[in-house]
Amino acid sequence: MALLEVENLRTYFYTLKGVVKAVDGVNLKLEKGQTLGIVGESGCGKSTLAWSLLKLVPPPGRIVDGTIRIDGMDVTRMSESEVRSKIRWKKISMIFQGAMNALNPVYTVGEQIIEPILLHTDMTREEAMEKAQELIEAVGLPPEILNRYPHELSGGQKQRVVIAMALVLDPDIVIADEPTTALDVVVQAQILNLMKKLHRERGMSIILITHDLGVVTELSEYIAVMYAGKIVEFGKAEDIFLHPLHPYTQALIRAVPRLKGDIHKLEYIPGQPPDLRNPPPGCRFAPRCKKVMDICNREEPPMIEYEKGHYVACWLYAKR
Amino acid sequence: MYRVELGEEILKVKDLRVWFPLKRGIIGTILRKPPLYVHAVDGVSFNIRKREIFCLVGESGCGKTTTGKALLRLVPIYSGEAWFKPRKETLAKLEAMGVTPNENGMVEILHLPEKKFKPLRRDIQMIYQDPYGSLNPRFRIKDILEEVLIVHKIGESKEERLDLIERVLEMVKLTPPSEFINRFPHQLSGGQRQRVAIARAIIANPALIIADEPVSMLDVSIRAEILEVLLNLRTLLDASYIFITHDLAVARYICDRIAVMYLGKIVEVGDAREVIADPLHPYTEALIAAIPDPDPENRKKFRDLKIKGEVPNAVFIPPGCRFHPRCVYYDEMKEVDKELGDLCPSTEPPLVEVKPGRYVACYKYPLVRSLVKTGVLSPGREGR
Ligand SMILES: Nc1ncnc2c1ncn2[C@@H]1O[C@H](COP(=O)(O)OP(=O)(O)OP(=O)(O)O)[C@@H](O)[C@H]1O
Ligand SMILES: Nc1ncnc2c1ncn2[C@@H]1O[C@H](COP(=O)(O)OP(=O)(O)OP(=O)(O)O)[C@@H](O)[C@H]1O
Ligand code: SF4
Ligand SMILES: [Mg+2]
Ligand SMILES: [Mg+2]
Repeated sequence: MALLEVENLRTYFYTLKGVVKAVDGVNLKLEKGQTLGIVGESGCGKSTLAWSLLKLVPPPGRIVDGTIRIDGMDVTRMSESEVRSKIRWKKISMIFQGAMNALNPVYTVGEQIIEPILLHTDMTREEAMEKAQELIEAVGLPPEILNRYPHELSGGQKQRVVIAMALVLDPDIVIADEPTTALDVVVQAQILNLMKKLHRERGMSIILITHDLGVVTELSEYIAVMYAGKIVEFGKAEDIFLHPLHPYTQALIRAVPRLKGDIHKLEYIPGQPPDLRNPPPGCRFAPRCKKVMDICNREEPPMIEYEKGHYVACWLYAKR
Repeated sequence: MYRVELGEEILKVKDLRVWFPLKRGIIGTILRKPPLYVHAVDGVSFNIRKREIFCLVGESGCGKTTTGKALLRLVPIYSGEAWFKPRKETLAKLEAMGVTPNENGMVEILHLPEKKFKPLRRDIQMIYQDPYGSLNPRFRIKDILEEVLIVHKIGESKEERLDLIERVLEMVKLTPPSEFINRFPHQLSGGQRQRVAIARAIIANPALIIADEPVSMLDVSIRAEILEVLLNLRTLLDASYIFITHDLAVARYICDRIAVMYLGKIVEVGDAREVIADPLHPYTEALIAAIPDPDPENRKKFRDLKIKGEVPNAVFIPPGCRFHPRCVYYDEMKEVDKELGDLCPSTEPPLVEVKPGRYVACYKYPLVRSLVKTGVLSPGREGR
């Protein structure tokens, strides 16, 4: 049994201007200790997918269909209090996008780290502080940081604090949503090194969400490529980068300039991603796809296993 | 593959400094403490040739945007000069106002009175970092573009101006123009908005375009198209670019030369591909080692970061080489190589051409040392 199993997940936002189908039929599987990268462009539903896994979708959004199983427990059918006592932070936790800038300015780092420990365990204040100290050292910070306020920290230090906070209850899965986006490359590399180290030492599963194709390769054994609310390709990182199948994945990889090798003319994808209130029928990438066929505009392509462990949702590979 | 023939020099920046005074507070004022400054740009020199794409790269806060804004005089200049070669019509206007160019047809632009600088605003244009904030949301696209034409008195009639606007929209591939001219910025995608910002910058036929992170806010799938538009425009307009980016892979793709900035100073300049394939300055080396180029092998190893600590505050610049507190080379060599151990923390290294076309400000290179020791170059100055 997989640690995390997501089937046909749909999460919609019911806005005044229409229903935003932000996550629309996502399937995923993650084993214990695996690292999964989710890449996709702005607005494709990456954060919404992550919020869904923690059952923290903000209104006006909600999970409308599908199941999420963590350790065999069906989270979708659990009450909020059950999720709180059994799942959230204990089984699965998250480093939220932009969280380093959302630390509470009036509490010290230490107070913010022990709060969830006191809330969710029967540890005493002293024990919780010890735990906080262990964590702050694990993320490479000196213990005196615990007495400081967020505004006294650099960007990189704040991000380390946020990572420590995701680890307080020793979760099996940590989701990191754009953990390095606002950081400079040197600090980004330090944070990614830290995440690699924590993964090796603690063996938890990591879901790394990013729009950056370079960043995703730093950590991910498996990669899911997301486009307009759907996963369009999934496989081992090597398969995705060396033999991409989906025309979107192929174009995306050829759209980024490289640091090494010959300079090739970059490709770009004409047009822009669809409005998720009104996605095109059939394949959502069809209006921008170079290899579009008649059927693509009419019918949604099913996700198929094209090679062992390498899945793609595209009519170039599916049998009609 | 994108190399083009470069022309004569059109811009020479010499020892530019932009310092922002720090608010002292009441106590500081009463005690008459000396004023403190943010040394945003702290002695920057570079030259740009016609049709050249010159990149300023470096981490957040190193002074890239401020350097660009200084050339448009949008920030207070502390010291330094910038000599610019205006287009013919602009030069004629300046001469009529009593400005005399030097023997190369260049004019010093940082110290001209504002009235005399005004004609130059047509020749030097900037594309701003943020495609969302930089366009007036209440103006239609055609009004945004027409405004530039009116300010610079380009086009005799409304029809002529409209014709120009349509031609420019075609250049930036917003086609057919009729579909876009009446829209408001919010009715465009991020990529389209950035193309309007480019259209606004080029419509007056500038000689120098300062493009500040023009693709950073855009999705990967549309970035390449914008880069292509910019590349095509340089030959079409015969213009040069200062291209500001923190993305070295983008810099390598689009630029002729790269200047790497650290804490308000250029520490290395050279051919874009050479600098990235073979960085000379320890900082450049660390920066390049930190960049994750997409490769599934990356996850199997830790990144070897040859740099210590964090970027210091731009108020209190470290003495000597401003990089020395973070420099791993200095750390490893300071005991072995006494001379280096003395120079790095005490004397600012000048930017010296250590190989043809390759400039670096670092005492790792014997030429830099000997020029300073013999007093040929004063510390922190340029070796050219
Ligand atoms: N609270 C909300 N109310 C309404 N729509 C929302 C809300 N949050 C997200 N959306 C919409 O859902 C879609 C997916 O958004 P989401 O934030 O999940 O994307 P993302 O892939 O994380 O993007 P980014 O890379 O920019 O973080 C978008 O169309 C977005 O506008
Ligand atoms: N108007 C201002 N007043 C005071 N300080 C300023 C001002 N503008 C910029 N600075 C400071 O000057 C330094 C250089 O800023 P600048 O915006 O030029 O950096 P940058 O290299 O463009 O960074 P980024 O990559 O983040 O855009 C920074 O320390 C910044 O905080
Ligand atoms: S001058 Fe010295 S401290 Fe500065 S980069 Fe070179 S070796 Fe390092
Ligand atoms: Mg997001
Ligand atoms: Mg800037």
